[in-house]
Amino acid sequence: MSIERITSIRGSALPLRGDNIDTDRIIPARFLRSVSFEGLEDHLFEDDRQQAGAAHPLSRREYAAAAILFVESNFGCGSSREHAPQAIRRRGIRAVVGVSFSEIFFGNSVALGLPCASVSTDESRVLIAAAEQAPGSVFELDLEARQLSGAGLTVPVTVPPGARDSFLRGTWDATALLLDHYEEVEAVAARLPYIRA
Amino acid sequence: MPATLLQKVWDAHAVRQLPNGQTQLFVGLHLIHEVTSPQAFDMLRARGWRVRYPERTVATVDHIVPTRDQRRPFFDVMAEDMLSALERNCREAGIQLFDLSSGAQGIVHVIGPELGLTQPGMTIACGDSHTSTHGAFGAIALGIGTSQVRDVLASQCVALNQLKVRRIRVTGTLSRGVYAKDVILEIIRRLGVDGGVGYAYEYAGDVIDRMSMDERMTICNMSIEGGARAGYVNPDATTIDYLRGRRFVPAGEAFDTLAEWWLSLASDAGATYDDDVEISGSDIRPTVTWGINPGQSVYVDERLPGVSDVEGSARSAVEEALEFMGLKEGDSIAGTRIDVAFVGSCTNARLSDLREAARVVRGRHVAGHVKALVVPGSQAVRAAAEREGLDQVFSDAGFEWRGAGCSMCLAMNTDKLEGREICASSSNRNFKGRQGSPVGRTLLMSPAMVAAAAVAGEVVDVREVALVD
Repeated sequence: MSIERITSIRGSALPLRGDNIDTDRIIPARFLRSVSFEGLEDHLFEDDRQQAGAAHPLSRREYAAAAILFVESNFGCGSSREHAPQAIRRRGIRAVVGVSFSEIFFGNSVALGLPCASVSTDESRVLIAAAEQAPGSVFELDLEARQLSGAGLTVPVTVPPGARDSFLRGTWDATALLLDHYEEVEAVAARLPYIRA
Repeated sequence: MPATLLQKVWDAHAVRQLPNGQTQLFVGLHLIHEVTSPQAFDMLRARGWRVRYPERTVATVDHIVPTRDQRRPFFDVMAEDMLSALERNCREAGIQLFDLSSGAQGIVHVIGPELGLTQPGMTIACGDSHTSTHGAFGAIALGIGTSQVRDVLASQCVALNQLKVRRIRVTGTLSRGVYAKDVILEIIRRLGVDGGVGYAYEYAGDVIDRMSMDERMTICNMSIEGGARAGYVNPDATTIDYLRGRRFVPAGEAFDTLAEWWLSLASDAGATYDDDVEISGSDIRPTVTWGINPGQSVYVDERLPGVSDVEGSARSAVEEALEFMGLKEGDSIAGTRIDVAFVGSCTNARLSDLREAARVVRGRHVAGHVKALVVPGSQAVRAAAEREGLDQVFSDAGFEWRGAGCSMCLAMNTDKLEGREICASSSNRNFKGRQGSPVGRTLLMSPAMVAAAAVAGEVVDVREVALVD
């Protein structure tokens, strides 16, 4: 099945400070009480937003149209709930840039066509400050050139080669790939001692 | 060439290298539950794909089940909808579902091992991060998201990047009152909540070798809290003894053949590790978290960190955590008043956990201001505990004795904190809002420490309350 190639994402940025932001904060568990992902975006960071009031970046009008989320380190740790990147993606965010990401969050994001790109700690600080000082500044995450530019800055980004390749080729939705040459899967299964038993 | 267990199990399940460099791995056991699977079945239907190996997927219901009144239809309409969707999906696909009437329902990570579905040498996937629990058997057990649940249903495979292996050797002997929970909290405190990114953790050393399967599961369960993609313990005689005679484990000669294979999977002497860490188990003391991530912990007889002791961005993290928790730098954690005591979760709700908690509360009573509940990890754990009279011990002490489920670990049912309540909890996450109230607070600790806190009404050192041997 052919899916979209993702080579670059352009748009304004939403800065979100804090290390170790977990998926319970991104989307509290009570909003997982549903059999679909629809409407999750309305509850993105619900409790953080309630507690921070109008000051929370997600509550501020100047960030309403943001396409890129700037975060710090170990973003998306904790629960494997795909509801977290689903809520982010459905809010209109098309890329996340930060120091590091939890692996399950990262993988879930790839499956949704939501690239997570890494920058150094110093560059992350500079980017967040830039987006705070001049909301609306347009940034471009260029996956081909492995760089992020905007607000007068150009910084190198890292995306693990496998994920980057999947975006550039448009193979980030892996199911079809896994169904290719299915006889090889069956052969592996047939050799496993616990299946033979 | 000497190899690690991870490498051997990986090689046995590797189908091929994908164009993007990832490995396509066959999944030996797929576990599903009501929260992260309905959307996956919908995606499958939308694409006209069928479930490829229905006999290799097993379902149960745990996250949303009420733990008090479990009659159908549930009073909670959304919970009823979610369970109905799971029932329909399993029926249509021919997937075995251990529901409330089965006698085998429970938290997915408790019932897998209990039924003998979880076996050494398997690759195991489940749409839940605490799937790492199953690594206790020497399986590669991976928490996955819903799109990957769809992938596994459609292809029985996942695409994965090669993992590095960090061996963590816990040496020496644990002191009285120190449990597996304290060991894993120590590991996370030392290596950090993101220390494991890119790694599978291999837990080894005398302390791990002497542990029961229940204890090993507690350790592996919280690998994810340390940032590791998976965690495992090499299979040994303890593993084999646990599995013999379980419902889904073959008997007789087939068992012996399998057991021989299981033992052969253990990491070879001389295997190379990407990192090797040694932790002295003898120095670990009962541990309590004070902050908003599982790495923010102290020994029960220690004081909270001072803000000025920490530098850089870590300092604001400490300030944020202390503020949220309503705790002051330099205070001792002992003496922190609690409102709720929760013994439960996939981390610590197996029979041995309930026994340890019961031992502390026997003949005592929960403090007047504390609401205390015990939520067994499965119907089988509950029944076994009742056969030993543990339900009576807890009830006499003022604990509520509930039905099996995830309950207040993540509060997707009606069991939740209210307002700013503080909960002494045997669960795995102390994230902001985790236990259902956006401003509710969680102190993670061992089940025995939870029991001691319930009785005292505040955090206390279990070694002083009850002589634990």
